[in-house]
Parts: sequence; C-alpha cells; structure tokens
Amino acid sequence: MSTETFRFSKSLKNLNALLIIIPMILLFVGVYGGLMQTLFRAGIIQSDPFMGGDYYKGLTIHGVLNAVVFTTFFAVALANALIPFSLKKALNSKMAWTSGILMLVGSVMAGFMMLIGEATVLYTFYPPLKAHPLFYIGLTLLVIGSWVAFASYIPMYLSWRKENPDKKTPLAVVGMLTTFIVWFIATLAVAVEILFMLLPWSLGLVDEINVMLARTLFWMFGHPLVYFWLLPAYVMYYSFMPKLADGKLFSDMAGRLVFMMFVVFSVPVGTHHQYMDPAIGSQWKLLHGVFTFAVALPSLITAFTLAASLEYAGRKRGGKGLFGWITKLPYFDKEKWFFSYLIAGLVIFIFGGISGIVNASYQMNTVVHNTAWIPGHFHLTVAGPVLLAFLGGSMYLIHQFLSKPVKMKGWTLSVPYIYTIGVFIFSWGMMRGGLLGMPRRTNTGASYANPDSVLYQPDWMPYIDISVVGGVIMFIAIVIYIVAFFATVFAKSESTEEEAVITFPISEPLHDEPSTWLRNFKPFIIITAILIILSYTPVIYDVVTSTYGGSLPYSPDSPVPLR
Amino acid sequence: MDKSEKIALGLSGFMLLIFFGGIMYAAIAEDIEVPTCITDMEPFATDTLFQTGPDTYELQMVARMWAFQPSEIRLPVGSTVDLYLTSQDIMHGFKIEDHNLNLMAIPGAINYMRVTFDKPGTFLFACHEFCGAAHHTMAGRVIIEERSESAETAGGV
Ligand code: HEM
Ligand SMILES: [Cu+2]
Ligand SMILES: [Cu+2]
Repeated sequence: MSTETFRFSKSLKNLNALLIIIPMILLFVGVYGGLMQTLFRAGIIQSDPFMGGDYYKGLTIHGVLNAVVFTTFFAVALANALIPFSLKKALNSKMAWTSGILMLVGSVMAGFMMLIGEATVLYTFYPPLKAHPLFYIGLTLLVIGSWVAFASYIPMYLSWRKENPDKKTPLAVVGMLTTFIVWFIATLAVAVEILFMLLPWSLGLVDEINVMLARTLFWMFGHPLVYFWLLPAYVMYYSFMPKLADGKLFSDMAGRLVFMMFVVFSVPVGTHHQYMDPAIGSQWKLLHGVFTFAVALPSLITAFTLAASLEYAGRKRGGKGLFGWITKLPYFDKEKWFFSYLIAGLVIFIFGGISGIVNASYQMNTVVHNTAWIPGHFHLTVAGPVLLAFLGGSMYLIHQFLSKPVKMKGWTLSVPYIYTIGVFIFSWGMMRGGLLGMPRRTNTGASYANPDSVLYQPDWMPYIDISVVGGVIMFIAIVIYIVAFFATVFAKSESTEEEAVITFPISEPLHDEPSTWLRNFKPFIIITAILIILSYTPVIYDVVTSTYGGSLPYSPDSPVPLR
Repeated sequence: MDKSEKIALGLSGFMLLIFFGGIMYAAIAEDIEVPTCITDMEPFATDTLFQTGPDTYELQMVARMWAFQPSEIRLPVGSTVDLYLTSQDIMHGFKIEDHNLNLMAIPGAINYMRVTFDKPGTFLFACHEFCGAAHHTMAGRVIIEERSESAETAGGV
C-alpha cells in the first residue's frame, strides 16, 4: 500500500514541534499538582516543596494546565498537521505562528498569575471570587489564538471543496472541523462572560456582577468544552485505530453522522451542570437533560462502530469464534505502540460514559453533584481516553515532525496500561467516597481526613487512601511517558532534510456510503443555532428575572469583599 | 447502512428512552425533582426555623465564608423540612449526608428543596463548592432525634 505523505516547511515544522513540546512540560507541572492533591487530601503532606501549602492554588493550576491549556494546544497541533495532510494544502504560515504565539503568551500570563497566587479561583473561575485581570486576559488570548488557527483552516477547506465537488471531505478533516466549530460556538459564551462581565469587574470599571448569569454563561461553554476535549480523540479513533489494527473503519457514514450530531447537541445541554442551582426552572433543566441524552447517542454509535472495526481487524488477523478476535489485536506490538494508547482509552471510556449518564440523569444528580464522584468520573473521561489519545498523538506527531525514532518503545507501549490500572483505582476511591458524601474540591487532609479534627470522617478514609494508591500509579505512568517523550525529542534525527515529511495511518472504510446529506456543515450549524436559542432563552430569562442584587469581588482569603 | 448498525442504533436509542422513562417516572410518580426557579420568597440575610404543621418545618439557611447558619439543626424523626438556602458572599454548596438534598448556595438567588428525615442519626453537611481558604472546615450537622419535643438550631446569629 502506498503511504501518502505531506511536506511541511521548516518554519511550520518548528512551530508544530513547539506546540507539542511546551504543553507537555505544562502537563507535567499539572500532573505533579495532581499527585500532590491526592497526598494533601489524605493528610499525608501539608505542604509541597514547589507550590507551598495552598491546596487550592495547586488545584487551580492542575485544572487549568491539564484540562484547558494542554488540550487546546494539542487540538491545534493535531489539526495543524492532519488538515494540511488530508487536503494536501499548505497551512498559512503567518496565521499558524500568530495563533501559536497568542496561545503561548496567554498561557504564560494565566500560568504566572496562578503561580503567584493571584488567581486561586479554580479552572471554573466562578465570581464573585476574583482573579487578577491578567488571568482572564491570558485565557482570552489562549482562546483567540485557537480561533486564529480555526480561521486558517476554513479557506483550505472551502477551496478543497471547490476543487473536489464530487468527493467526500476526508473524515479526519470533518472531525477536526467539528472540533473547532463546537469550540468556536462554545467560546462565544465564555468570551461574553469574560469580556463583558469578569474583566471590567475585575479591573474595577464596574462594581458588581450577577453571579448566576456568569455561572450560566460559563456552563454554556463548559459542557461543549468537554466535547472539544473528546473530539480530537474521536478523530484518532475513527481515522487511525482501525488502520493500526490492520483493519478498516466499519462505517464511514457512522463517523460522519457522529460528528454532525456533536455539532448539533454539544451546546444546548449546559445546564445539566446546574441541576442543583437556584434561579433556573426545573423544566428547562429537564430539556437540557433530554438533549444530553441525545448527545450520548453518538458515543454509543461510536462504541459500536469501533468495536465492529476492531472485530473486522481481529478476524483478519486470524481470530475465530464469537470473541476470539479480541485476543488477536496488536496490544503488545512494539511497532504499533500507538494502538495501546487508543484501546486503553476506549476501555476506560466505557466507565467514563456510564458514570456520565448517571450524572446526566436529572434527579440522580442530587446524589453525586459536587461530590468526589465527579472528579472520579472525569478522570475516566478527560484524564482517561482523552489524555491517552493526546499522549499517543503527541508522541506520534513529534516523531513525525522531527523525524526521530520513538525511543523506549516497550515503555512507551506500556504507559497506557499502567495508567489505566492507576486511573481505575483512583476513580474507584473518588467515586465510592463521593457516594458517601465526600465533597470535591476540598482539602480533606486538613479536616475530614484528620483524626484530630472534630470533622474527622473515619468511614471516608479507606477511599481517600485508595485514591492515593491510584494517583501514585497514574503519576508513575506519566513520568515514564515524559522520559520516553523527551528521549524521543532528543534522539538523533533519521532525516537530513530541514523540512518535515509527514504521514498518518488513515483507515479505509469497510462500508462506504455516499451520505450526501452529511456532506455540508451548514444545515447542521443552523439547527444548532436554533436549538441554542430555544434552550437558552428561557434559562437566561429565569436567571435574569429571579436573581437580585449584584456581588462585589472577593479574595479567597477573606470573608470581607475587596471593595 | 449495515443491518447490524441499524440494530445497534435502535438498541441505543431504546436504552436511552428507558433511562428517560425512569427520570420521568421519578419526577411524576415519586415527585423527586431538582431545584427550580423560586420567585415567591423575599431575600433573607439571617437564618430562621419555624414549624408550619405537625411534622413540617420551614428552614431559611444562610451560607457564608466559612460557616453555615445554622450549623446544627435538631429535629424529631419524621420531620419534613422546606429548606431555603442562600449565600451572603460567594458560592457554597450544601449536601446532607444520606439524604437526597443537594443545593448550590449562590449570592443573589434563593435555592429550595424539600427533605424528609425518616431515620434518627447525625448527618454531616459539608460545603462542596470551593469558597476560599477555609472551605474544607465549612460544615455542620443535622441531628435527628428519636422523640424530641421541639426543633432547635444552633450556630445562628
Ligand atoms: C497523575 C495524574 C493525576 C492525578 C493524581 C490527579 C488527581 C486529581 C485530584 C485528586 C483531583 C481532585 C481534587 C479535588 O476535587 O479536591 C483532581 C481534579 C481534577 N483533575 Fe486531575 N489528576 C491527574 C491527572 C489529570 C489530568 C491528566 C487531567 C486532564 C487532562 C486532570 C484534570 C482534572 C480536573 C479538570 C480536575 C478538577 C479541578 C477542579 O475541580 O477545579 N487530571 N485531579
Ligand atoms: Cu456536561
Ligand atoms: Cu466551601
């Protein structure tokens, strides 16, 4: 089989390498914070040598660096590589650099403010806790940088469509564009929150803020945010995984349908994070709950399509009987190390998905809302399949762009399996503790897990300790990965060229249908707009009409407002 | 579309419908709901507890950095409480151990849920939204007594 390649200029090669290497360092800082949190929570340490004794500062850094910075950089880096490769069109170098620099500057600003303790507001930055204005500006620059990247893909896509009127857009491109369409719509809401509410208020230009309105806008962004994390992983599942297993994608149309469903249903679901909130009518919460179930459907289709693709691959590799194909997949093939990152993530996602449906189930949310169950759940999603797919993808991209051989292949291959064991143990502890009522975002080590405190909760202790064991294993897996990643970065290049020649393992479809109705984003974006207006107008109306008074800014250190 | 794909799609849709049916059943037949928009309540800044019927009470609760008021609630077993909650400063979260009661306390808004205490015991409520440096010490208890004559609260203003 001919391997298609695409050539990137030296400047773009360097940019993309930067977009992968820098967030990897930030991820490591964030993950270190994660390990410290598990130790703090169990009362094992009261202070850590690098970040000091402030649990919540560490937690802010952990959430922002891992879940916002690392993920955004990776999504841009993957699109920067995959879209030009698939469309055979060069990236606009100026725009690519502009976007990269904006994102870097923004992340450094936000990161610095968190580090000096001027932005201990957690990654949700709910007012009336106030961060330094530069924190909000930094996040804004990060988002604008990603918009510039998105803007550079649109003309490439449109001109390809013009040149190839009868062809289907490559599935990987559909997936990456879906990622950025969802992201763009979502970030509009948070842009309104930051630019019109938080920033003027934090600068002192206005005195008071409507807390519920800001919170509602945040979640209008916050839920689609999770699909922005998930979608690049889906792109890799659909495009790469079947090929890596020597198989084919079971259905091309399923992939296209799934992506369009994400465009439509990602946004009008945000109040499922606000089931326990005041000032929003329960009927609208239920409506968002219904749409949330609708957005579970594409993930169920994905589960089927990927399993069917793997079955096809396993049978081609000689698997017999009903389940024999499962044993034939390349789990431990060093040359197919990327496969382990994708398959391990898929297994984790089964549990992430189930716990997600529990959270989404309206009244059932009463049992789990804001308990430790929630971080238990999302370490099985964003810190599970998404993280592993992004780590695998980063290793693959850096190996391609720098033409360096992947080092420590055996270790690289085992990282996802070690991590999976860790995250299962960790999340079990967190979720089980959550069901007992253990709150999230809480330094339990200083109260509920401290035998000398009047608040001591002995029945939570076993689960807090279990999450320490899991957290340590997760951390070890990440350390192994980081060592292998930098060993690869600093390895001797296999190529003498200055430019980079890139290839991707793109799967062919087994069932290929014309699916003409799924070829154009436009009708789906129109439906999305209508659904957002229908589902959010009553919510915003409720919030605006039933809240009273505004809030002055607060610092986390004092119960007296800052002005 | 392959036949197996159609079956999978149908089954997935069916499963989600069943889940949705469960939600509707709980909401309509069992009257288990989530908080809704409260418009008929005057904003309050101090906590009060009063009896509204033989076994029913109304409790107005205030969350602030870093205490709930009241922080201790004593009630006889079998009490049903209409619980209103607001915050005086920043966001807080309120969940009573072992009970289906979970509310966000948000400044500028009043939250409401009804809860029945049908077993005796001491039930922790721990603040579950980050509310600053001493967030992890913000907690209180509901004490449900076997046959106490009257309800009382402590730790209020
Ligand atoms: C060694 C690996 C990791 C460990 C040990 C770890 C541990 C933790 C712990 C203990 C918490 C909960 C703290 C609390 O609620 O009080 C937490 C929260 C969180 N983690 Fe991780 N984590 C790890 C990796 C990751 C990764 C890779 C991501 C994302 C890609 C991530 C995303 C988050 C987010 C978004 C939160 C929520 C922060 C908040 O509530 O504000 N974590 N983590
Ligand atoms: Cu959500
Ligand atoms: Cu709190």
